[in-house]
Amino acid sequence: MSTKEWPLWEVFIRSKQGLNHKHVGSLRAADSTMALDNARDVYTRRSEGISIWVVESNYVHANDPADADAYFEPSDTKIFRHPTFYEVHEDIKHM
Amino acid sequence: MKVLETTDLEQKFQDKIDREVKIEPNDWMPDAYRKTLIRQMSQHAHSEIVGMLPEANWITRAPNLRRKAVLLAKVQDEAGHGLYLYSATETLGADREATIDDLHSGKAKYSSIFNYPALSWADIGAIGWLVDGAAIMNQVALCRCSYGPYARAMVKICKEESFHQRQGYELLTTLAQGAPEQKELAQDALNRFWWPALMMFGPNDDESPNSAQSMRWKIKRLTNDELRQNFIDATVPQAELIGLKVPDENLKWNEETGHYDFTPINWDEFWQVVNGNGPCNKQRVDARRKAKEEGMWVREAALAFAEKRKKKLTA
Amino acid sequence: MKNEALFRYLLRLGDDSLILGQRLAEWCGHGPILEEDIAMTNISLDLIGQAMSLLDYAGVIEGKERNCDKLGLLRYEKEYVNVLLVEQPNGDFGDTIMRQFLFDAFRKPLYEKLVNSSDKQLAAIAEKSLKETRYHLKHSSEWVIRLGDGTEESHERVQNSLDTLWRFADELFYTDEVEAQLTGEGILPDLSEIKTEWESTVKHVFSEATLEIPANNWKFEGGRKGRHSEHFGHLLSELQYMQRAYPNMEW
Repeated sequence: MSTKEWPLWEVFIRSKQGLNHKHVGSLRAADSTMALDNARDVYTRRSEGISIWVVESNYVHANDPADADAYFEPSDTKIFRHPTFYEVHEDIKHM
Repeated sequence: MKVLETTDLEQKFQDKIDREVKIEPNDWMPDAYRKTLIRQMSQHAHSEIVGMLPEANWITRAPNLRRKAVLLAKVQDEAGHGLYLYSATETLGADREATIDDLHSGKAKYSSIFNYPALSWADIGAIGWLVDGAAIMNQVALCRCSYGPYARAMVKICKEESFHQRQGYELLTTLAQGAPEQKELAQDALNRFWWPALMMFGPNDDESPNSAQSMRWKIKRLTNDELRQNFIDATVPQAELIGLKVPDENLKWNEETGHYDFTPINWDEFWQVVNGNGPCNKQRVDARRKAKEEGMWVREAALAFAEKRKKKLTA
Repeated sequence: MKNEALFRYLLRLGDDSLILGQRLAEWCGHGPILEEDIAMTNISLDLIGQAMSLLDYAGVIEGKERNCDKLGLLRYEKEYVNVLLVEQPNGDFGDTIMRQFLFDAFRKPLYEKLVNSSDKQLAAIAEKSLKETRYHLKHSSEWVIRLGDGTEESHERVQNSLDTLWRFADELFYTDEVEAQLTGEGILPDLSEIKTEWESTVKHVFSEATLEIPANNWKFEGGRKGRHSEHFGHLLSELQYMQRAYPNMEW
């Protein structure tokens, strides 16, 4: 009964000039033109956006969550990368 | 050894939940958690889509153009909400087409309220006020659900849905304050929708075997009975304010509990409707099946066209 | 009445939008896929919004305190002046999209002209509607091409839609003393240019879609004069149901 399904697309929207595109959800579409049209109709009905990106979900690659500690925890100990690690004389205002 | 590992993973999983860390699609999760979510989220998605039908039935007959536009926008939102929820369900590996086939074969359920007919224009008001009102009670709690994509979809849905209940109440207020014929329409709609709306929260807690596990997993945050009571407490004064009478002779404010007492629900009716014997079950599923079947050549054409163009580009 | 020709012209535009919006609304909940259900509802909403602005303004010009609801929901059948094309039943998705495309391809250049109307209110409505209509035309052309150049079945279906609807297209360019007078007053542009643009859009899209324009050039008209199809009474019986069953009430 079922035919082949339309591919899944991830939708990214820039809500206003100066901000990043942000992932808002996904949808189905046969091609990129339709994906953009559908994203406009599905995700910007309340003026949520001024620019849309769509990416076929197949092309999104993610790290394996099982490796998350190896990926991300090593940076937790490098607190010297943050400005608050350094003490400066309290008379100095702008640094 | 394997058993130990799984137990260990489950323990870690439960710890995360207890610490209010959201579960994301690729994270390890117990099979039962995944299955429970797929069932609940797809039911929720189906409810949005089937729920379009009773209201859509009145779009072409709306009494004025402003109401027509509002109702169109509202029913359209429901299509959007269904889509957000199907998408969230897809993150668990349940693809939309297969999920929808389960609805059409009768394997998957949807909220039984949509098996009741929308008989008059006032029903559009009652659906917005009571049905969306009941749904919002549930959905606000779900915004804190442990599964990230579901919680995020619910946040978006709640934001959009806040206008639905208001437009329903405003619509009924206009009728309740209008001509006698209009007031009668409003009261009749409340009479028919009150009990089915209360049933939307599901069986009593002691009859709801899966609730405890869902609460532990923080898929559910409040029990069926708690949500139902909250809804009644909030809604009864709204009915009184516009001069409509809630159709329950035993409804009474209880000073001691700080809640309304009400007549026990007729669960026979609930189970009959859930199991396919409501006034509109067949009609609703048939309509959805027909839309899918009649749209098949369109979906095939779009796919064929996309492939042709891709070939042209690479040629 | 301030300007009877303008009143009558606004009814023509308003009725076209209203009736097509009503037809598209019938799809709500029954679209071929959720995403397209939402898209068609959006177009319907735009059209009903346009109808409200146009009919409200018609009511102002008429000066008899009729607003968009009185004009839109309470006239007799022969007082509606929409073209026959927009009242045609939805049929299958191909019929709906072809009807929409033939209409959008006309509306877009029309609004582009009306933006320069000497009538400020009409120009303002046109400016807002033009943005909506440009999207409608994009959407309907893309679908005509997809269906035309999709599968064998879709090609055959949408070619049939074109064969059936083509004879209604010419009425979009109907003019009489109403347009003549408004053109004289500078309110309307010369409509012949619009037809040229329509023809070029239609030819281009049909060639992309591998569709053939029917050889038979026999035309149907009547809607602009209040002579409608058998379908129209049924459409009105839904559109007007509440106003007729419960007269003179607020909703």
